[in-house]
Amino acid sequence: MSERAFYIDYSRCIGCQSCVQACAECDTHRGVSLIHLETIQRRESVQTAPQVCMHCEDPICARVCPADAIKKTPDGVVQSSLKPRCIGCSNCVLACPFGVPRYQVEIDQMMKCDYCYDRTSVDKKPMCATVCPSGALTFATAEEIQRSRRGIAINSWKFGNEVVKTKVFVIVPREVERVNVDLVQISPTPSALSEDPYDVALMLESVE
Amino acid sequence: MAKLPVDVPELVKQFGPTLNRVPAGGWVGSEEQDRMVKTHCCFCGQQCGIQLRVRNNKVVGWEPWEDFPFNLGKLCPKGVKRYMQDEHPDRLKHPLQRVVGKGFEPITWDAALSRVVSEIQRIQQTYGNDAFALLTGASLTNEKAYLMGKFARVALRTANIDYNGRLCMVSAGAASKKVFGIDRSANPWSDLPKAKVILAAGANIAECAPITTDYLWQARENGGKLIILDPRLTPIARNADLYIPVRSGGDIGIFNGMLHIMIERGWIDRDFIAQHTTGFEQVAEAVKKYTPEYSARIAGVPAEMIVRAAEMWGPAPTSFLLHSRGIEHHSKGVDNCIAAINLVVASGRIGREGCGYAMITGQGNGQGAREQGQKCDQLPGARDIENPEHRKYIAGVWGVPEESIPGKGLSAVPLVEAIHEGKIKGLLSICFNPTVSLPDANYVRAALEKLEFYVNIEFFLSETAQYADIVLAGSLMEEDEGTTTSVEGRVIHHRKVVSPPGEAREDWQIICEIARRLGHGDKFNYSSPHDIFEELRVASKGGVSDYYGITWEAIDKNYGMFWPCPEIGHPGTPRLYEGGKFGHPDGKAHFLPIEWRPSAEMPDEEYPIILTTGRVVSHFLSGTQTRRIGGLMDQYPQPLCEMHPRLAEKVGVKDGDFVKVESRRGSVVVHAQVVKTIRPDTVFIPYHWPLDRSANNMTIRAIDPVSNIPEFKICAVRVSKTEQPTDPIAKLEVQAGGIR
Repeated sequence: MSERAFYIDYSRCIGCQSCVQACAECDTHRGVSLIHLETIQRRESVQTAPQVCMHCEDPICARVCPADAIKKTPDGVVQSSLKPRCIGCSNCVLACPFGVPRYQVEIDQMMKCDYCYDRTSVDKKPMCATVCPSGALTFATAEEIQRSRRGIAINSWKFGNEVVKTKVFVIVPREVERVNVDLVQISPTPSALSEDPYDVALMLESVE
Repeated sequence: MAKLPVDVPELVKQFGPTLNRVPAGGWVGSEEQDRMVKTHCCFCGQQCGIQLRVRNNKVVGWEPWEDFPFNLGKLCPKGVKRYMQDEHPDRLKHPLQRVVGKGFEPITWDAALSRVVSEIQRIQQTYGNDAFALLTGASLTNEKAYLMGKFARVALRTANIDYNGRLCMVSAGAASKKVFGIDRSANPWSDLPKAKVILAAGANIAECAPITTDYLWQARENGGKLIILDPRLTPIARNADLYIPVRSGGDIGIFNGMLHIMIERGWIDRDFIAQHTTGFEQVAEAVKKYTPEYSARIAGVPAEMIVRAAEMWGPAPTSFLLHSRGIEHHSKGVDNCIAAINLVVASGRIGREGCGYAMITGQGNGQGAREQGQKCDQLPGARDIENPEHRKYIAGVWGVPEESIPGKGLSAVPLVEAIHEGKIKGLLSICFNPTVSLPDANYVRAALEKLEFYVNIEFFLSETAQYADIVLAGSLMEEDEGTTTSVEGRVIHHRKVVSPPGEAREDWQIICEIARRLGHGDKFNYSSPHDIFEELRVASKGGVSDYYGITWEAIDKNYGMFWPCPEIGHPGTPRLYEGGKFGHPDGKAHFLPIEWRPSAEMPDEEYPIILTTGRVVSHFLSGTQTRRIGGLMDQYPQPLCEMHPRLAEKVGVKDGDFVKVESRRGSVVVHAQVVKTIRPDTVFIPYHWPLDRSANNMTIRAIDPVSNIPEFKICAVRVSKTEQPTDPIAKLEVQAGGIR
């Protein structure tokens, strides 16, 4: 396995969906895209966020799977479900803190991003991180990231009381050590926002 | 004569657009015997490198081409799904003739070409040579663009040839030529990350030039600041250091206002101006009255934004200006660009590392296709068709008497007006879908109906080809070989990946065969696109866009070659204007004073809202290709009318409602998308769809007096809530112009 790692920089994402389109081209699941591109709140902003599987060190999806259908490779890649084992119960779908696994009705099986294992295991980049025009998704060495990014790469998360470490890194401002996801942040109520930073009308209010 | 042979739903039933979702041969894994061809995307001016995967002479997929230096394997969704246009069920595979009451029927090439030739001859003998016109495109290779220009002047001897780059690059090109003396982006993209401030005006980079995004973000990682001018808060603007929500048509307020402050605070390079420019005093005089407050009224933004922009741009050590259609698609498009370029020249920051200027070319060969002589006023090598020296040189290359080369013809919009007025009776078009892409679409459709004879070379039956008497089945980019010139001025090689299907032919073969049948075979005796390129090299020699030293071998070896490249072995010129040496005979940059003026149609009581149009990331231009690709249609299936919640409230519209948007010229019914990321006085509709979903039903047929670019970016409309339409067009699939 490559010395390179997967990095997500949400601030760079332009929502173009190249990753989504390219994911569907993969040899192992052609026609089906396993990356999710979330449009946060289109009315408020153009912010979008790509979500690949974060490949947790201790994957919750695998822990909750009653059929033991989700395996982690020795190099830390959490695989999609094994067809002979997956019972389609969707425990993993509910348990994943990143919302990655999806139950595919047509095949009665969970499918999720597997780090483009067919590519990364032979030292190619994952498809999404190859095509991404904005560099929001990057497959690079730690040194390359240090050299080319202002932010720092972290892989430690806290969801409520649960601390999660992931194989995939996210790029955050330098002062951040861990991403803490509290319920108040998840709430979509606009009142939780201190301002309305992308409202063009507000920017123009002083105009005659 | 050229009326639709049957109604639109019937034509759609026969020829689509239908959606292709599965590659040729189905979703099977890549195989060892697959052939991989390094080539380029057929869509926008970025011209990204890509490898197409081929099995049994069919394009079945792709792989990133990570070595190609411009995009390093990156692709936008259009590039990813582009291969789905191959082996498409709608593909035209043989010549067609229009049959009233039936639609189109296949005919033999011999019958089709005989008809074309006899109609050209009849029309030209009856009404004169100029009564037969050509409309061509900027997605054609350099070889084809050159061929079309020569075909018009040598085989048809008509003055009337123009191309759809008229809707794209002409304002930028004219401004660049006036100020710098050369019409080309001044710098390679590798200079962008080195700039400490980047100003991007009217450029929805994330959606229309997505690969450029990473260059901008790299600049920011390096501590560079980003200033964005756009009436909409685009994905690039979201992360800008300064976003200025300028009113469409108000850009000169920003540029002149910034220059006013720069002069006042001493943020101009007096030495550079003295040594390398002319005309600064007049410009300084002209911007005197553009105080922040005066400028702000023109631009429709707070004055402090203009001050802030000047404070960021003025004292920066390095800088880069980018602009595209947002400031160019105006009846003052050239002036908008000149006012922007004045900021570059006044700063002296051009012609060196991290310092420069670029226009973001829209179409695949937006750069090259405007240099090879298919513009109504140009001969190859970006030569002037009215210049006796230029005419003489090209006449020599072509082996024709100089006086046989016609003069300047009509540009695209006046050409269509001449059709409407009955002055032009016959038309051959290729790579142009004016019923979707030109302004005032109802007028364009009415014009096409007046043609006595219309022949269209196409790979899919576009909404415009539906009006043709004869449709000749041509080639997709990957079915032919040739070169294009990218946004950077980099000449690159499109390899032939597969052969055209069925009886379809390479476009250049079709044109050469018509020329032969018209009795000019000796002048069109090419055996390959490479032959055409070799002649193009000579024709461009000594011109502004000099390709003489560029060979296909050098292109392949160097990942492209930048013009000017005047002799074999020359390394090419990635960065123009080094050492302050500009393209004018005096070697200087020419400042030009610019005064703001209103747009052709400003909002008023009756039509109180500004309509601006543009593109979305998953579609390309008139959608002939991208509206046939399932994945791209899923991403953005039908046009939406973006409007601010305050405007929506005022007109009683909620997100998702059906709205009627109407101007003095036409209307559409589309869904509303209520977003805070747009000025409350402006609505936006993307223009990729036909018929009752065409944003160009509303746009105005006003053009810039110099560049003749249409004013797509501002016209006056009103918006009201309406019911779901149920007419036959509305019931079509969304890719055909329906609505859901």
